[in-house]
Amino acid sequence: MSTWRIALLVAGKDLRVERRSRVVTNQVVPFAAVTMVMFAFALDADAVLQRVAPGLVWLATLFSLLVLVQRSYAIETDDGALDALRVAGVDPAALFWGKALALAVQLAVLEVILIGTAVVLYGAEVRAEGLVLLVTTLVTATCSLAVVGTLYGGLAAGFRGRETLLPLLVLPVVAPVLIGATRAVEAALGTVPGAVVSEGWPWVGLLAVFAVAFGVGGTLAFGPLIDE
Amino acid sequence: MTQTSTAPRSSDPGPQRAARRPGTGTTATRVLGGVTLVAIGWLVAFGLGFSPADRDQEESVRILYVHVPTIWVAYVAFVVTAVCSGIYMFSRRHSLGWDRAAGASAEIGVLFVALTLLVGALWGRLTWGVFWQWDARLTTTALLFVTYIGYLAVRRLGGSHHQRARRSAVIGMLAVLLIPLVHWSVRLWRSLHQEATVLRTDGQVRMDGLMLFSLFVGVIAFTLIYVWLMLHRTRVMAMEDALDDHGLEEALAARRAEGDRPDGER
Amino acid sequence: MDRDTAEHSSERLPERTGGTDDPVVDPVVELVEVVAVLGAFPALAGATLRVEPGEIVLLRGPNGAGKTTVLRVCAGLLPVVRGEGRVLGLDLTSDRDTIRTRVGLLGHANGLYTDLTVSENVRFWGATVGATAEEVVAALDRLALTGRLADVPVRRLSAGQRRRTALACLVARRAELWLLDEPHAGLDASGRDELDATLRQAAASGATVMVASHELERTGALATRVVDVVAGQVRG
Repeated sequence: MSTWRIALLVAGKDLRVERRSRVVTNQVVPFAAVTMVMFAFALDADAVLQRVAPGLVWLATLFSLLVLVQRSYAIETDDGALDALRVAGVDPAALFWGKALALAVQLAVLEVILIGTAVVLYGAEVRAEGLVLLVTTLVTATCSLAVVGTLYGGLAAGFRGRETLLPLLVLPVVAPVLIGATRAVEAALGTVPGAVVSEGWPWVGLLAVFAVAFGVGGTLAFGPLIDE
Repeated sequence: MTQTSTAPRSSDPGPQRAARRPGTGTTATRVLGGVTLVAIGWLVAFGLGFSPADRDQEESVRILYVHVPTIWVAYVAFVVTAVCSGIYMFSRRHSLGWDRAAGASAEIGVLFVALTLLVGALWGRLTWGVFWQWDARLTTTALLFVTYIGYLAVRRLGGSHHQRARRSAVIGMLAVLLIPLVHWSVRLWRSLHQEATVLRTDGQVRMDGLMLFSLFVGVIAFTLIYVWLMLHRTRVMAMEDALDDHGLEEALAARRAEGDRPDGER
Repeated sequence: MDRDTAEHSSERLPERTGGTDDPVVDPVVELVEVVAVLGAFPALAGATLRVEPGEIVLLRGPNGAGKTTVLRVCAGLLPVVRGEGRVLGLDLTSDRDTIRTRVGLLGHANGLYTDLTVSENVRFWGATVGATAEEVVAALDRLALTGRLADVPVRRLSAGQRRRTALACLVARRAELWLLDEPHAGLDASGRDELDATLRQAAASGATVMVASHELERTGALATRVVDVVAGQVRG
């Protein structure tokens, strides 16, 4: 079977497991929503919240990413499925893209919910002229986060102490995504006074380069990373 | 339970070890160490003595003779890590020597970045009035620091030497890929740092001659320190690996002896 | 189903379809002084083993002797640190990826997704090696996982039913070398009968089987040969 069909098979499997177990809907989404409420307690001012809403959305996304990645690999390691995938000779690149795809779908849903939360809780407003930029940013940032999360999650999957290792590895790596996605969404929503939509596009370029770089890196490196 | 059968084997290399007295120093490293000490002496003399105080920064400019060379050498160290990782991964022999060189270089790089950040904070307090500024180069450096701490954590995950080598080689190469991305993003974000004064893109050097020379001495001194530390650290790592292998040898002998026991036969 | 298995192995290995009576066949497994480590512990301390095509070999030995490790090394999961190993004529150090696609391992863990149903699991694992829908149905039939049971999520199953599901995944994978680690664990009487019949049919259709088991009388009757694993070495 071709790499792509295996990747789709793995992604379909991951999403089906999620649909059955509902861990994301029942735990990760509420966790992200609570984080948004906590930010409001910490910052305690309507004007500030509205201004920093894009950054808080992405920060909540990053925290949720860590949880989602742990969950994605817990499925594989709970009953030795990762070993079975290796013995089945599943192409590591296909496994990487399959898991990244499933992760991206879950992240995208989460981001839309979080932006909705920001509109409701922080008074952020989605303006019509920034809509294209907003959607493009969401797509590229989601791809970046999904490939990085899958790559480093695979490395940490087999080890004790992975709960602490994963944030240490992932957070510095996704710092450019946090910066880029936040600035782009600021431009799209116009939360910063005087922000113009066109200022957001260079950031989308950065996010795209990031996604491609780690996508290629993950395709090549996933095999050696998950193997013994 | 296996003492009797393994005792002769384990005591075997004893006298040899006592005779060789393993260490990491050789004549070459001792000479290099001497030269390094001389270079450090020169740096102290030029940095604190001969070079003049700056018109704007006054005496605090002397901190830069440590600050700038350490970050340069740290960047070189991280590139060395990536190159050695690449050689390990793509060479046919997969020699562990390259892996140890990559690890040693990253350790020294992290040490030097820590020094850069520490000394930089002191300089910032004197010049800007604050320890930390959210400017492009500071932020990049801080992220680099954390990234390579992650790399060192990956090296300590355990498993066989080759497992360690393969995992860390991948992370070492990905980390160096990250340097330009982080730099680009943070730079777009904001830039308050004084423009790089020595390496300007137009090729013109704008610095007092003696100051420049002092900086040059600093680069020489820290490069020598890097090389000296590299030699010793890679040798210590080789000895650690050899010790692990020796432990495996003993464990193998014990495991075999366990099977030779009469009650081991079923 | 069994004819399918034979056909598939003959597609992949045209020159090695003979049974034990073929005089010129290469061994399926050939380990020479193999050392394998778990962490820093030498689980295999120089294991030497030769398995011919069509054999059903029982690995016998106390806990911690290295039975599981022998199977994991043969599956290409655990690297050979020293010595030489060949499986299906391929080198265990350089051709691990190819070996993996042609062997099937049932370890201590079942390798199932507990939120998916029995048939979804078997379909997924069959699909990873390109098994057709008919082959998946045949595998489910073989282990009597039909009717209502096929649509029950694995997490609602008993230990024995899970084991049977894992075996069905293995059947769907059409492996040339079957590696089973305590396959009887948790199985009830009928499950054991189905397991034995499955293994006999697999061997009859050209596959080779290695079983690590404590159930000596049960597997001993099934096995064509018994070898002892003691302190990381293989005897007999």
